[in-house]
Amino acid sequence: MAVTSAEIDSQLAAARPPLAKAALTLIRQQPLGAVSGLLVIVMILMAVFAQQIAPYDPIANHYEFMQLAPSAKFWLGTDQFGRDILSRIIWGARTALFIGFSCAFIGSFAGLVLGVTSAYFGGWFDLLFQRIMDVFLAFPLIIMGLAVVAIYGTGAQNVIIAITIPLIPRCARVVRSSALAIREIPYVDAARALGFGHMRIILRHMAPNCMAPFLIMLTTFLGQAILLEASLSYLGLGVQEPTPAWGLMLQGGAEEYAESAPWIAIFPGLAITLAVFAFNLFGDSLRDTLDPKLRSR
Amino acid sequence: MSAAPLLQVKNLKMHFPVTEGVMVRKVVATVKAVDDVSFSLQPGETLGLVGESGCGKTTTGRCILQLEKPTAGEIIFEGEDLAKLDRKGLVAKRARMQVIFQDPYSSLNPRMKVGSIIGEPMKVHGILPDRKQRQERVAELLSVCGLNPKFMDRYPHEMSGGQRQRVGIARALALNPQFIVCDEAVSALDVSIQAQVINLLEDLRDKFNLSYLFIAHDLSVVRHLCHRVAVMYLGKLVELADSDELFEHPKHPYTKALLEAVPIPDPTIEKGRVHRIMQGEVPSPMNPPSGCVFHPRCPIAVDSCKREVPQSRELRPGHWVACPRV
Repeated sequence: MAVTSAEIDSQLAAARPPLAKAALTLIRQQPLGAVSGLLVIVMILMAVFAQQIAPYDPIANHYEFMQLAPSAKFWLGTDQFGRDILSRIIWGARTALFIGFSCAFIGSFAGLVLGVTSAYFGGWFDLLFQRIMDVFLAFPLIIMGLAVVAIYGTGAQNVIIAITIPLIPRCARVVRSSALAIREIPYVDAARALGFGHMRIILRHMAPNCMAPFLIMLTTFLGQAILLEASLSYLGLGVQEPTPAWGLMLQGGAEEYAESAPWIAIFPGLAITLAVFAFNLFGDSLRDTLDPKLRSR
Repeated sequence: MSAAPLLQVKNLKMHFPVTEGVMVRKVVATVKAVDDVSFSLQPGETLGLVGESGCGKTTTGRCILQLEKPTAGEIIFEGEDLAKLDRKGLVAKRARMQVIFQDPYSSLNPRMKVGSIIGEPMKVHGILPDRKQRQERVAELLSVCGLNPKFMDRYPHEMSGGQRQRVGIARALALNPQFIVCDEAVSALDVSIQAQVINLLEDLRDKFNLSYLFIAHDLSVVRHLCHRVAVMYLGKLVELADSDELFEHPKHPYTKALLEAVPIPDPTIEKGRVHRIMQGEVPSPMNPPSGCVFHPRCPIAVDSCKREVPQSRELRPGHWVACPRV
């Protein structure tokens, strides 16, 4: 060998683009993805630093400032109880993202493990499991969520359960199909020949190789879960007053004050739209980056 | 043939059902991938298993490794029938027999570093629970297989095909096995790398007294490496003999045809050689011919070949042929 491995290593390190350069490449190739990524980051910052950013207390009623139009004092106006809408949107981001992330992570991880397990064992187990998943998939997301809330009652924890359960089969189905292909790859046979247990093969050898569809499902679920949480809250089955939540803000103001104080409904609606939009676009560009085969256009 | 055999395969059958229907599965046919195959393997011996594509070589190997559950027959490894072992017993036996796959690109988990690919089996089997010791052992195995121990921190995609195959060999050696199934272990490599890997396999055999079941279709490689050679055709073993005996004095008409198909690397001899091309195609294993499966293509077949399944008989000591006409 004329070139030592140390030299090769250093060359490899030099060839790797620095973080800033990678970010630039992303913006050039996926401008929509970069914008949505930025929106996601802004929302996360809003949620984490709600305490520091929000100009007012989101749940304190100020009866002297009821239904004020957006102004320098109240940037996005106030609602019918005199609560600052901007503050409530900022705090609402915390509720939305907390519930969204919990549901998306729990749902997609459970779906990942179940999907890979189903594909790995195959046979009658796979058949039975997939028919059970079919039953869950037959219900639209919102109906399924409604049913779970109807059984367990409202509250943040139950909302998370209600949204997570219908997400699981959606992820399991997608992951299963790619796990079926992975099961036939020799490294899985090698793992079996080495005497590894089923759990180790499923979690260490198969699941990590289903990452591309898994990550795409995860980001799509984030948007869906946020929308679902807002829908459930709007229907009065989600988080309860006075907790600031986007769906809840729509419920309080939308119908009654649509003409006299439209800002009460417009801004939380905008927040929901932007959040779902951002997560879905982010998922799309992630898909394009991870899997060039799926690239459309 | 004095010591107890390391591995005995007795009347191994692997039939895959072909099913139709969605909920209620109906078996419409069976593919007889391996049909009544028997052989044995001594410690330190290399047995070549040759035959054309689809003849059941790989399936035989997979059955021995218990990656497929055989339809019938016994696989006795180190005195124990593998099919009768419980899960724990089988896991212990798995450490004693290993496999090297054909394709070095798909046989390594792309998400794992070389160090953990080779180290994981030792961790799972509790051979070296200490992380540091394990790392030293991985480094040792890598250098035994002709790789720089620094490759430990690499991912498989950062390596060439030959290097990856060496990693596969190191992984197979991690548990100190007695027996390794080499499933077309060099077929996917280019010729110069092939030679290196074959030499490595030879060195390892001498160093650790390994036994190989060397599944291949490259006859020159088989002759170089194997002590004995078994020839398969359509799921059946047609001839089994010592390597030199088989290559010098092939008896079964199929073996003869197979050996004649090997080109001679000398244009003057090759030019003067009369090529006898075998007639017909390989029949489908779903519907194999009656009697001797080779009879439709056999140049010396007689009427009785269509009816009677030929039994393997010993022509000379150690030379078994499943053909009554030779």
